[in-house]
Amino acid sequence: MTLFLEALIGGLLAGTMYSLVAIGFVLIFKASGVFNYAQGAMLLFSALTLVSLNEFGFPFWAALVMTIIITVIGAILIERIVLRPLANRNVMTLFMATLGLAYVIEGMAQGIMGAEIRGFDVGIEDLPIFWGDILISQFDLVAAAVAITMVAILALFFNKTRIGISLRAVADDTAAAQTLGININRIWQIVWAVAALTGLVAGMAWGARQGISFTLSLVVLKALPVLIIGGFTSIGGAIVAGLIVGASEALAETYIGVHIGGGIVTWVAYFVAIGFLFYRPSGLFGDIEIERV
Amino acid sequence: MSAEEKIISSEILSVEGIEVIYDESILGVSDISLKVLKGEIVAILGANGAGKSTTMKAISGIAVTERARVSKGDIKFKGNSVLNIAPHKLAHKNIVHVLEGRRVFEHLTVEENLKSGTFLHRPTRAQMNSEIDQIYHWFPRLKDKRKTLAGLTSGGEQQMLAIGRALLTKPELVLLDEPSMGLAPILMQEIFSIISQLNKENDVSFLVAEQNIHLSLRHAHRAYLIESGKVALSGTAKELSAREDLHQIYLGVEEVL
Repeated sequence: MTLFLEALIGGLLAGTMYSLVAIGFVLIFKASGVFNYAQGAMLLFSALTLVSLNEFGFPFWAALVMTIIITVIGAILIERIVLRPLANRNVMTLFMATLGLAYVIEGMAQGIMGAEIRGFDVGIEDLPIFWGDILISQFDLVAAAVAITMVAILALFFNKTRIGISLRAVADDTAAAQTLGININRIWQIVWAVAALTGLVAGMAWGARQGISFTLSLVVLKALPVLIIGGFTSIGGAIVAGLIVGASEALAETYIGVHIGGGIVTWVAYFVAIGFLFYRPSGLFGDIEIERV
Repeated sequence: MSAEEKIISSEILSVEGIEVIYDESILGVSDISLKVLKGEIVAILGANGAGKSTTMKAISGIAVTERARVSKGDIKFKGNSVLNIAPHKLAHKNIVHVLEGRRVFEHLTVEENLKSGTFLHRPTRAQMNSEIDQIYHWFPRLKDKRKTLAGLTSGGEQQMLAIGRALLTKPELVLLDEPSMGLAPILMQEIFSIISQLNKENDVSFLVAEQNIHLSLRHAHRAYLIESGKVALSGTAKELSAREDLHQIYLGVEEVL
Protein backbone atom coordinates (compact mmCIF):
# COMPACT_ATOMS: atom_id res chain seq x y z
CA MET A 1 0.00 0.00 0.00
CA THR A 2 2.81 2.38 0.88
CA LEU A 3 4.45 1.56 -2.44
CA PHE A 4 1.20 2.26 -4.27
CA LEU A 5 0.61 5.59 -2.54
CA GLU A 6 4.20 6.63 -3.04
CA ALA A 7 4.05 5.88 -6.75
CA LEU A 8 0.65 7.57 -7.07
CA ILE A 9 1.62 10.75 -5.23
CA GLY A 10 4.98 10.98 -6.97
CA GLY A 11 3.22 10.45 -10.29
CA LEU A 12 0.57 13.09 -9.64
CA LEU A 13 3.17 15.64 -8.62
CA ALA A 14 5.25 14.90 -11.72
CA GLY A 15 2.04 15.10 -13.73
CA THR A 16 1.59 18.78 -12.89
CA MET A 17 4.73 19.41 -14.94
CA TYR A 18 3.10 17.76 -17.95
CA SER A 19 0.02 19.91 -17.39
CA LEU A 20 2.18 23.01 -17.40
CA VAL A 21 3.62 22.14 -20.81
CA ALA A 22 0.23 21.19 -22.23
CA ILE A 23 -1.43 24.44 -21.13
CA GLY A 24 0.86 26.39 -23.46
CA PHE A 25 -0.52 24.41 -26.39
CA VAL A 26 -4.12 24.72 -25.26
CA LEU A 27 -3.95 28.53 -25.00
CA ILE A 28 -2.87 29.03 -28.60
CA PHE A 29 -5.02 26.24 -30.02
CA LYS A 30 -8.14 27.48 -28.27
CA ALA A 31 -7.73 31.08 -29.35
CA SER A 32 -6.58 30.62 -32.92
CA GLY A 33 -6.90 26.97 -33.92
CA VAL A 34 -3.15 26.66 -34.41
CA PHE A 35 -1.39 23.58 -33.04
CA ASN A 36 1.86 25.26 -32.11
CA TYR A 37 4.52 22.60 -32.56
CA ALA A 38 7.08 25.28 -31.74
CA GLN A 39 5.89 25.44 -28.11
CA GLY A 40 8.71 23.07 -27.12
CA ALA A 41 11.29 25.15 -28.96
CA MET A 42 9.97 28.32 -27.35
CA LEU A 43 10.23 26.61 -23.98
CA LEU A 44 13.83 25.61 -24.70
CA PHE A 45 14.67 29.06 -25.98
CA SER A 46 13.40 30.87 -22.90
CA ALA A 47 15.04 28.42 -20.47
CA LEU A 48 18.35 28.70 -22.35
CA THR A 49 18.10 32.48 -22.33
CA LEU A 50 17.62 32.43 -18.59
CA VAL A 51 20.64 30.23 -17.80
CA SER A 52 22.81 32.03 -20.32
CA LEU A 53 22.04 35.43 -18.84
CA ASN A 54 22.59 33.95 -15.40
CA GLU A 55 25.96 32.47 -16.43
CA PHE A 56 26.88 35.75 -18.08
CA GLY A 57 26.82 37.29 -14.63
CA PHE A 58 23.36 38.69 -14.09
CA PRO A 59 21.82 37.72 -10.76
CA PHE A 60 18.93 35.28 -11.01
CA TRP A 61 16.07 37.77 -10.60
CA ALA A 62 17.52 40.25 -13.06
CA ALA A 63 18.08 37.45 -15.55
CA LEU A 64 14.51 36.29 -15.02
CA VAL A 65 13.04 39.72 -15.70
CA MET A 66 15.16 40.08 -18.84
CA THR A 67 14.11 36.60 -19.97
CA ILE A 68 10.43 37.46 -19.48
CA ILE A 69 10.84 40.57 -21.63
CA ILE A 70 12.75 38.70 -24.35
CA THR A 71 10.22 35.85 -24.31
CA VAL A 72 7.24 38.18 -24.67
CA ILE A 73 8.86 40.17 -27.48
CA GLY A 74 9.83 36.94 -29.24
CA ALA A 75 6.28 35.57 -29.02
CA ILE A 76 4.77 38.78 -30.35
CA LEU A 77 7.23 38.80 -33.26
CA ILE A 78 6.38 35.19 -34.11
CA GLU A 79 2.67 36.00 -34.19
CA ARG A 80 3.22 39.13 -36.26
CA ILE A 81 5.77 37.80 -38.74
CA VAL A 82 4.81 34.15 -39.16
CA LEU A 83 1.22 33.50 -38.09
CA ARG A 84 -0.66 36.65 -38.99
CA PRO A 85 0.14 36.58 -42.72
CA LEU A 86 -1.13 32.99 -42.69
CA ALA A 87 -4.42 33.77 -40.91
CA ASN A 88 -7.46 32.05 -42.47
CA ARG A 89 -5.23 29.40 -44.08
CA ASN A 90 -5.94 25.75 -43.51
CA VAL A 91 -4.88 23.87 -40.40
CA MET A 92 -2.09 21.90 -42.11
CA THR A 93 -0.43 25.06 -43.45
CA LEU A 94 -0.41 26.57 -39.99
CA PHE A 95 0.93 23.39 -38.45
CA MET A 96 3.75 23.16 -40.98
CA ALA A 97 4.63 26.79 -40.31
CA THR A 98 5.03 26.09 -36.59
CA LEU A 99 6.97 22.90 -37.32
CA GLY A 100 9.42 24.92 -39.39
CA LEU A 101 9.46 27.58 -36.74
CA ALA A 102 10.37 24.98 -34.10
CA TYR A 103 13.59 24.06 -35.92
CA VAL A 104 14.48 27.67 -36.66
CA ILE A 105 14.13 28.63 -32.99
CA GLU A 106 16.03 25.57 -31.77
CA GLY A 107 18.81 26.14 -34.26
CA MET A 108 19.09 29.81 -33.37
CA ALA A 109 18.98 29.14 -29.66
CA GLN A 110 21.81 26.62 -29.85
CA GLY A 111 23.77 28.69 -32.33
CA ILE A 112 23.74 31.70 -30.04
CA MET A 113 23.82 30.05 -26.64
CA GLY A 114 25.54 26.73 -27.22
CA ALA A 115 24.39 23.14 -27.41
CA GLU A 116 25.91 21.66 -24.27
CA ILE A 117 23.78 20.61 -21.33
CA ARG A 118 23.53 23.35 -18.72
CA GLY A 119 22.74 22.77 -15.13
CA PHE A 120 19.99 24.98 -13.79
CA ASP A 121 20.16 25.29 -10.05
CA VAL A 122 17.09 26.92 -8.56
CA GLY A 123 18.37 26.31 -5.06
CA ILE A 124 15.96 23.56 -4.10
CA GLU A 125 17.75 20.57 -2.78
CA ASP A 126 16.07 17.43 -3.86
CA LEU A 127 15.98 15.84 -0.43
CA PRO A 128 13.20 13.33 0.00
CA ILE A 129 10.75 14.11 2.76
CA PHE A 130 8.49 11.72 4.59
CA TRP A 131 4.73 11.92 5.06
CA GLY A 132 4.30 9.10 7.52
CA ASP A 133 5.76 6.16 5.64
CA ILE A 134 5.48 7.79 2.27
CA LEU A 135 8.54 9.20 0.60
CA ILE A 136 8.01 12.35 -1.43
CA SER A 137 10.44 14.32 -3.55
CA GLN A 138 10.76 17.86 -2.28
CA PHE A 139 11.53 19.06 -5.78
CA ASP A 140 8.31 17.54 -7.10
CA LEU A 141 6.38 19.33 -4.37
CA VAL A 142 7.85 22.69 -5.30
CA ALA A 143 7.28 22.09 -9.02
CA ALA A 144 3.67 21.14 -8.31
CA ALA A 145 3.20 24.28 -6.23
CA VAL A 146 4.57 26.40 -9.08
CA ALA A 147 2.25 24.67 -11.55
CA ILE A 148 -0.77 25.19 -9.32
CA THR A 149 0.08 28.87 -8.81
CA MET A 150 0.48 29.35 -12.55
CA VAL A 151 -2.91 27.74 -13.21
CA ALA A 152 -4.57 29.88 -10.54
CA ILE A 153 -3.11 33.04 -12.09
CA LEU A 154 -4.32 31.99 -15.54
CA ALA A 155 -7.79 31.20 -14.21
CA LEU A 156 -8.04 34.66 -12.63
CA PHE A 157 -6.74 36.26 -15.80
CA PHE A 158 -9.28 34.51 -18.03
CA ASN A 159 -12.30 34.95 -15.79
CA LYS A 160 -11.82 38.29 -14.10
CA THR A 161 -9.96 40.61 -16.46
CA ARG A 162 -11.33 42.35 -19.55
CA ILE A 163 -8.53 41.03 -21.71
CA GLY A 164 -9.22 37.52 -20.41
CA ILE A 165 -12.92 37.71 -21.24
CA SER A 166 -12.12 39.19 -24.67
CA LEU A 167 -9.71 36.34 -25.21
CA ARG A 168 -12.35 33.73 -24.48
CA ALA A 169 -14.80 35.64 -26.69
CA VAL A 170 -12.36 35.50 -29.59
CA ALA A 171 -11.85 31.78 -28.97
CA ASP A 172 -15.62 31.24 -29.21
CA ASP A 173 -16.43 33.40 -32.22
CA THR A 174 -13.79 35.51 -33.94
CA ALA A 175 -16.15 37.39 -36.26
CA ALA A 176 -18.65 38.26 -33.54
CA ALA A 177 -15.80 39.48 -31.32
CA GLN A 178 -14.61 41.79 -34.10
CA THR A 179 -18.05 43.30 -34.55
CA LEU A 180 -17.87 44.40 -30.89
CA GLY A 181 -14.62 46.24 -31.45
CA ILE A 182 -12.26 43.58 -30.16
CA ASN A 183 -8.97 43.71 -32.06
CA ILE A 184 -8.22 40.05 -32.75
CA ASN A 185 -4.64 40.67 -33.82
CA ARG A 186 -3.88 42.19 -30.45
CA ILE A 187 -5.66 39.31 -28.70
CA TRP A 188 -3.58 36.76 -30.62
CA GLN A 189 -0.38 38.54 -29.67
CA ILE A 190 -1.41 38.43 -26.04
CA VAL A 191 -2.23 34.72 -26.31
CA TRP A 192 1.17 33.98 -27.82
CA ALA A 193 2.87 35.98 -25.11
CA VAL A 194 0.95 34.20 -22.34
CA ALA A 195 1.66 30.80 -23.91
CA ALA A 196 5.35 31.68 -24.17
CA LEU A 197 5.44 32.72 -20.50
CA THR A 198 3.75 29.46 -19.54
CA GLY A 199 6.50 27.81 -21.57
CA LEU A 200 9.13 29.71 -19.61
CA VAL A 201 7.71 28.46 -16.31
CA ALA A 202 7.52 24.91 -17.67
CA GLY A 203 11.04 25.24 -19.06
CA MET A 204 12.36 26.32 -15.66
CA ALA A 205 10.65 23.42 -13.91
CA TRP A 206 11.84 20.83 -16.43
CA GLY A 207 15.25 22.45 -16.76
CA ALA A 208 15.80 22.33 -13.03
CA ARG A 209 15.01 18.62 -13.05
CA GLN A 210 16.91 17.34 -16.06
CA GLY A 211 19.25 20.15 -17.05
CA ILE A 212 18.73 22.47 -19.98
CA SER A 213 19.65 21.11 -23.38
CA PHE A 214 18.26 20.32 -26.79
CA THR A 215 16.20 17.43 -25.39
CA LEU A 216 14.07 19.94 -23.45
CA SER A 217 12.18 20.75 -26.63
CA LEU A 218 11.09 17.11 -26.77
CA VAL A 219 8.67 17.71 -23.90
CA VAL A 220 6.33 18.43 -26.82
CA LEU A 221 6.12 14.68 -27.21
CA LYS A 222 5.09 14.38 -23.57
CA ALA A 223 2.42 17.03 -24.05
CA LEU A 224 0.77 15.31 -27.00
CA PRO A 225 -0.81 12.42 -25.09
CA VAL A 226 -1.85 14.89 -22.39
CA LEU A 227 -3.63 16.97 -25.03
CA ILE A 228 -5.31 13.95 -26.56
CA ILE A 229 -6.58 12.81 -23.16
CA GLY A 230 -7.61 16.23 -21.89
CA GLY A 231 -8.86 17.73 -25.14
CA PHE A 232 -7.05 20.42 -27.11
CA THR A 233 -9.27 23.26 -25.98
CA SER A 234 -9.55 22.83 -22.23
CA ILE A 235 -7.11 24.11 -19.64
CA GLY A 236 -8.93 22.07 -17.00
CA GLY A 237 -8.55 19.07 -19.29
CA ALA A 238 -4.81 19.69 -19.64
CA ILE A 239 -4.48 19.72 -15.86
CA VAL A 240 -6.46 16.54 -15.23
CA ALA A 241 -4.84 14.75 -18.17
CA GLY A 242 -1.37 15.77 -16.97
CA LEU A 243 -2.17 14.19 -13.62
CA ILE A 244 -3.52 11.04 -15.31
CA VAL A 245 -0.41 10.71 -17.43
CA GLY A 246 1.90 11.35 -14.48
CA ALA A 247 0.10 8.83 -12.28
CA SER A 248 -0.16 6.14 -14.95
CA GLU A 249 3.53 6.49 -15.77
CA ALA A 250 4.56 6.13 -12.15
CA LEU A 251 2.20 3.23 -11.48
CA ALA A 252 3.11 1.45 -14.71
CA GLU A 253 6.81 1.85 -13.92
CA THR A 254 6.32 0.49 -10.42
CA TYR A 255 4.05 -2.46 -11.18
CA ILE A 256 4.53 -3.37 -14.84
CA GLY A 257 7.94 -1.95 -15.66
CA VAL A 258 9.70 -4.34 -13.29
CA HIS A 259 8.32 -7.33 -15.18
CA ILE A 260 9.11 -6.20 -18.71
CA GLY A 261 12.48 -4.66 -18.10
CA GLY A 262 11.64 -0.99 -17.67
CA GLY A 263 11.41 1.72 -20.32
CA ILE A 264 7.67 1.75 -19.99
CA VAL A 265 7.60 5.46 -19.09
CA THR A 266 8.36 6.44 -22.68
CA TRP A 267 5.25 4.88 -24.14
CA VAL A 268 2.59 4.24 -21.50
CA ALA A 269 1.15 7.75 -21.95
CA TYR A 270 0.63 7.09 -25.65
CA PHE A 271 -0.96 3.76 -24.81
CA VAL A 272 -3.51 5.52 -22.61
CA ALA A 273 -3.98 8.28 -25.22
CA ILE A 274 -4.77 5.80 -27.98
CA GLY A 275 -7.38 4.25 -25.69
CA PHE A 276 -8.95 7.70 -25.34
CA LEU A 277 -8.95 8.17 -29.10
CA PHE A 278 -11.10 5.05 -29.37
CA TYR A 279 -13.61 5.93 -26.70
CA ARG A 280 -13.50 9.68 -26.29
CA PRO A 281 -11.94 11.27 -29.37
CA SER A 282 -12.42 14.87 -28.27
CA GLY A 283 -10.77 14.18 -24.93
CA LEU A 284 -12.10 14.42 -21.40
CA PHE A 285 -13.06 18.09 -21.60
CA GLY A 286 -12.60 18.78 -25.29
CA ASP A 287 -14.97 20.89 -27.27
CA ILE A 288 -18.07 18.91 -27.74
CA GLU A 289 -20.49 21.52 -29.00
CA ILE A 290 -22.76 22.76 -26.26
CA GLU A 291 -26.23 21.49 -26.90
CA ARG A 292 -29.37 22.46 -25.13
CA VAL A 293 -31.40 19.67 -23.68
CA MET B 1 -47.01 59.29 -34.74
CA SER B 2 -46.89 56.89 -37.67
CA ALA B 3 -43.65 55.66 -39.12
CA GLU B 4 -43.79 57.92 -42.17
CA GLU B 5 -44.47 61.05 -40.20
CA LYS B 6 -41.36 60.68 -38.12
CA ILE B 7 -39.14 63.62 -38.85
CA ILE B 8 -36.05 62.45 -40.59
CA SER B 9 -33.02 64.60 -40.94
CA SER B 10 -29.58 63.52 -41.88
CA GLU B 11 -28.23 60.60 -43.81
CA ILE B 12 -26.25 58.17 -41.67
CA LEU B 13 -25.47 55.34 -44.09
CA SER B 14 -25.23 55.42 -47.84
CA VAL B 15 -24.43 52.32 -49.89
CA GLU B 16 -23.64 53.37 -53.43
CA GLY B 17 -23.83 50.73 -56.13
CA ILE B 18 -21.66 48.10 -54.50
CA GLU B 19 -20.56 44.87 -56.10
CA VAL B 20 -19.10 42.23 -53.75
CA ILE B 21 -16.94 39.36 -54.97
CA TYR B 22 -16.00 36.30 -52.90
CA ASP B 23 -12.67 34.57 -53.48
CA GLU B 24 -12.03 36.76 -56.53
CA SER B 25 -14.52 34.70 -58.51
CA ILE B 26 -17.97 34.37 -56.94
CA LEU B 27 -20.35 37.28 -57.27
CA GLY B 28 -22.04 38.00 -53.91
CA VAL B 29 -24.11 41.03 -54.89
CA SER B 30 -23.89 42.93 -58.19
CA ASP B 31 -25.50 46.31 -57.66
CA ILE B 32 -26.86 47.42 -54.30
CA SER B 33 -27.65 51.00 -53.36
CA LEU B 34 -29.46 51.99 -50.23
CA LYS B 35 -29.65 54.69 -47.61
CA VAL B 36 -30.40 54.81 -43.92
CA LEU B 37 -31.31 58.15 -42.41
CA LYS B 38 -30.74 59.07 -38.81
CA GLY B 39 -33.39 57.55 -36.55
CA GLU B 40 -34.78 55.21 -39.22
CA ILE B 41 -35.50 51.51 -39.21
CA VAL B 42 -34.81 50.25 -42.72
CA ALA B 43 -35.51 46.69 -43.78
CA ILE B 44 -33.64 44.71 -46.42
CA LEU B 45 -36.03 42.04 -47.61
CA GLY B 46 -35.27 39.11 -49.81
CA ALA B 47 -35.20 35.35 -50.11
CA ASN B 48 -32.36 33.13 -49.00
CA GLY B 49 -29.29 33.85 -51.09
CA ALA B 50 -30.59 37.16 -52.45
CA GLY B 51 -27.60 39.00 -50.99
CA LYS B 52 -28.91 40.44 -47.72
CA SER B 53 -26.13 39.09 -45.52
CA THR B 54 -23.44 39.89 -48.06
CA THR B 55 -24.62 43.51 -48.14
CA MET B 56 -24.55 43.69 -44.35
CA LYS B 57 -21.09 42.12 -44.18
CA ALA B 58 -19.78 44.51 -46.81
CA ILE B 59 -20.96 47.42 -44.66
CA SER B 60 -19.48 46.09 -41.40
CA GLY B 61 -16.21 44.93 -42.95
CA ILE B 62 -16.76 41.30 -41.92
CA ALA B 63 -16.86 40.41 -45.64
CA VAL B 64 -13.11 40.95 -45.80
CA THR B 65 -12.49 38.29 -43.15
CA GLU B 66 -14.44 35.88 -45.36
CA ARG B 67 -12.18 36.56 -48.33
CA ALA B 68 -14.66 38.85 -50.02
CA ARG B 69 -14.15 42.40 -51.23
CA VAL B 70 -16.20 45.30 -52.48
CA SER B 71 -15.09 45.57 -56.11
CA LYS B 72 -17.30 48.46 -57.23
CA GLY B 73 -19.13 51.29 -55.57
CA ASP B 74 -18.66 52.87 -52.16
CA ILE B 75 -20.07 52.72 -48.65
CA LYS B 76 -20.29 55.93 -46.67
CA PHE B 77 -21.05 56.34 -42.99
CA LYS B 78 -21.92 59.91 -42.03
CA GLY B 79 -20.41 61.10 -45.28
CA ASN B 80 -17.05 59.31 -45.04
CA SER B 81 -16.10 56.17 -46.90
CA VAL B 82 -15.77 53.15 -44.62
CA LEU B 83 -14.56 50.74 -47.29
CA ASN B 84 -11.59 48.59 -46.26
CA ILE B 85 -11.77 49.57 -42.60
CA ALA B 86 -11.17 46.64 -40.23
CA PRO B 87 -14.41 45.49 -38.55
CA HIS B 88 -13.18 46.21 -35.01
CA LYS B 89 -12.43 49.80 -36.02
CA LEU B 90 -15.93 50.21 -37.44
CA ALA B 91 -17.29 49.29 -34.03
CA HIS B 92 -15.34 52.26 -32.68
CA LYS B 93 -17.07 54.42 -35.29
CA ASN B 94 -20.42 53.34 -33.78
CA ILE B 95 -21.54 50.78 -36.34
CA VAL B 96 -22.32 47.39 -34.84
CA HIS B 97 -23.27 44.24 -36.71
CA VAL B 98 -25.41 41.52 -35.15
CA LEU B 99 -24.47 38.58 -37.33
CA GLU B 100 -26.93 36.07 -38.73
CA GLY B 101 -27.51 33.07 -36.47
CA ARG B 102 -27.12 35.01 -33.19
CA ARG B 103 -23.48 34.08 -32.64
CA VAL B 104 -23.32 34.55 -28.87
CA PHE B 105 -20.11 33.48 -27.13
CA GLU B 106 -21.33 30.05 -26.08
CA HIS B 107 -18.76 29.31 -23.42
CA LEU B 108 -19.15 32.68 -21.73
CA THR B 109 -21.95 33.43 -19.31
CA VAL B 110 -24.77 35.74 -20.34
CA GLU B 111 -23.25 38.50 -18.23
CA GLU B 112 -19.75 37.98 -19.64
CA ASN B 113 -21.23 38.23 -23.13
CA LEU B 114 -22.73 41.58 -22.19
CA LYS B 115 -19.49 42.74 -20.61
CA SER B 116 -17.64 42.00 -23.84
CA GLY B 117 -19.86 44.56 -25.57
CA THR B 118 -18.85 47.34 -23.19
CA PHE B 119 -15.07 46.96 -23.46
CA LEU B 120 -14.57 49.19 -26.48
CA HIS B 121 -15.40 52.41 -24.69
CA ARG B 122 -13.45 51.41 -21.59
CA PRO B 123 -16.06 52.03 -18.89
CA THR B 124 -15.28 52.00 -15.19
CA ARG B 125 -16.64 49.02 -13.29
CA ALA B 126 -19.57 51.07 -11.98
CA GLN B 127 -20.39 52.39 -15.45
CA MET B 128 -20.19 48.89 -16.87
CA ASN B 129 -22.63 47.56 -14.30
CA SER B 130 -25.13 50.35 -14.82
CA GLU B 131 -24.96 49.92 -18.61
CA ILE B 132 -25.56 46.20 -18.24
CA ASP B 133 -28.47 46.90 -15.86
CA GLN B 134 -29.97 49.03 -18.63
CA ILE B 135 -29.88 46.01 -20.95
CA TYR B 136 -31.50 43.88 -18.24
CA HIS B 137 -34.20 46.52 -18.09
CA TRP B 138 -34.85 46.04 -21.83
CA PHE B 139 -34.52 42.26 -21.69
CA PRO B 140 -35.55 41.10 -18.19
CA ARG B 141 -35.15 37.44 -19.15
CA LEU B 142 -31.43 37.94 -19.53
CA LYS B 143 -31.14 38.98 -15.91
CA ASP B 144 -32.56 35.67 -14.74
CA LYS B 145 -29.96 33.87 -16.83
CA ARG B 146 -26.99 36.09 -16.08
CA LYS B 147 -24.84 33.29 -14.70
CA THR B 148 -25.87 30.73 -17.32
CA LEU B 149 -23.53 29.82 -20.17
CA ALA B 150 -24.90 31.61 -23.23
CA GLY B 151 -24.77 28.40 -25.26
CA LEU B 152 -27.30 26.85 -22.91
CA THR B 153 -29.96 29.56 -23.25
CA SER B 154 -32.90 29.41 -25.68
CA GLY B 155 -32.90 30.78 -29.21
CA GLY B 156 -34.93 33.82 -28.20
CA GLU B 157 -32.67 34.56 -25.26
CA GLN B 158 -29.62 34.25 -27.47
CA GLN B 159 -31.09 36.72 -29.93
CA MET B 160 -31.85 39.15 -27.13
CA LEU B 161 -28.32 38.65 -25.82
CA ALA B 162 -26.80 39.29 -29.24
CA ILE B 163 -28.81 42.49 -29.60
CA GLY B 164 -28.18 43.61 -26.01
CA ARG B 165 -24.45 42.95 -26.36
CA ALA B 166 -24.37 44.97 -29.58
CA LEU B 167 -26.24 47.89 -27.98
CA LEU B 168 -23.61 48.08 -25.24
CA THR B 169 -21.10 49.27 -27.83
CA LYS B 170 -23.28 52.44 -27.94
CA PRO B 171 -23.97 52.30 -31.66
CA GLU B 172 -25.57 54.91 -33.89
CA LEU B 173 -26.31 52.25 -36.49
CA VAL B 174 -27.17 48.62 -35.81
CA LEU B 175 -26.96 46.10 -38.65
CA LEU B 176 -29.29 43.31 -37.65
CA ASP B 177 -29.18 40.17 -39.75
CA GLU B 178 -32.32 37.99 -39.61
CA PRO B 179 -33.28 38.58 -35.98
CA SER B 180 -36.43 36.46 -36.35
CA MET B 181 -34.67 33.40 -37.75
CA GLY B 182 -35.77 30.22 -36.02
CA LEU B 183 -37.88 32.01 -33.42
CA ALA B 184 -41.49 31.36 -32.47
CA PRO B 185 -43.88 34.05 -33.82
CA ILE B 186 -44.52 35.47 -30.36
CA LEU B 187 -40.78 35.94 -29.81
CA MET B 188 -40.34 37.53 -33.24
CA GLN B 189 -42.99 40.06 -32.23
CA GLU B 190 -41.25 40.72 -28.94
CA ILE B 191 -37.87 41.27 -30.58
CA PHE B 192 -39.30 43.65 -33.17
CA SER B 193 -41.26 45.62 -30.57
CA ILE B 194 -38.08 46.13 -28.60
CA ILE B 195 -36.25 47.25 -31.76
CA SER B 196 -38.99 49.82 -32.41
CA GLN B 197 -38.86 51.00 -28.84
CA LEU B 198 -35.07 51.33 -28.82
CA ASN B 199 -35.29 53.21 -32.08
CA LYS B 200 -37.81 55.70 -30.70
CA GLU B 201 -36.34 56.22 -27.27
CA ASN B 202 -32.62 56.09 -27.99
CA ASP B 203 -32.61 57.31 -31.58
CA VAL B 204 -30.59 54.31 -32.77
CA SER B 205 -30.85 53.62 -36.51
CA PHE B 206 -31.43 50.04 -37.63
CA LEU B 207 -30.77 48.25 -40.89
CA VAL B 208 -32.57 44.94 -40.57
CA ALA B 209 -32.25 42.05 -43.01
CA GLU B 210 -35.30 39.83 -42.93
CA GLN B 211 -37.14 37.12 -44.78
CA ASN B 212 -40.29 37.82 -42.81
CA ILE B 213 -41.82 40.58 -44.98
CA HIS B 214 -44.96 41.38 -43.03
CA LEU B 215 -43.38 41.61 -39.64
CA SER B 216 -40.56 43.79 -40.99
CA LEU B 217 -42.86 46.16 -42.88
CA ARG B 218 -44.96 46.62 -39.78
CA HIS B 219 -41.97 47.95 -37.84
CA ALA B 220 -39.74 49.52 -40.50
CA HIS B 221 -40.01 53.03 -41.93
CA ARG B 222 -38.68 52.07 -45.33
CA ALA B 223 -37.58 48.88 -47.06
CA TYR B 224 -35.53 47.60 -49.97
CA LEU B 225 -36.39 44.37 -51.69
CA ILE B 226 -33.31 42.55 -52.94
CA GLU B 227 -33.37 39.94 -55.63
CA SER B 228 -30.32 38.11 -57.05
CA GLY B 229 -27.90 40.67 -55.72
CA LYS B 230 -29.79 43.75 -56.96
CA VAL B 231 -32.32 46.12 -55.48
CA ALA B 232 -35.59 45.14 -57.15
CA LEU B 233 -37.90 47.51 -55.33
CA SER B 234 -37.78 50.15 -52.64
CA GLY B 235 -40.12 52.48 -50.87
CA THR B 236 -41.77 53.35 -47.60
CA ALA B 237 -43.16 50.47 -45.60
CA LYS B 238 -46.67 51.69 -46.35
CA GLU B 239 -46.14 51.79 -50.11
CA LEU B 240 -44.59 48.37 -50.15
CA SER B 241 -47.25 46.83 -47.93
CA ALA B 242 -49.87 48.04 -50.39
CA ARG B 243 -48.27 46.33 -53.37
CA GLU B 244 -49.85 43.05 -54.26
CA ASP B 245 -46.96 41.82 -56.39
CA LEU B 246 -44.54 42.00 -53.44
CA HIS B 247 -44.50 38.30 -52.80
CA GLN B 248 -43.98 37.47 -56.44
CA ILE B 249 -40.95 39.73 -56.65
CA TYR B 250 -39.72 38.42 -53.34
CA LEU B 251 -39.90 34.87 -54.58
CA GLY B 252 -38.24 35.86 -57.82
CA VAL B 253 -41.03 34.51 -59.99
CA GLU B 254 -42.24 37.68 -61.68
CA GLU B 255 -40.42 36.93 -64.94
CA VAL B 256 -42.07 33.56 -65.16
CA LEU B 257 -45.56 34.89 -64.65
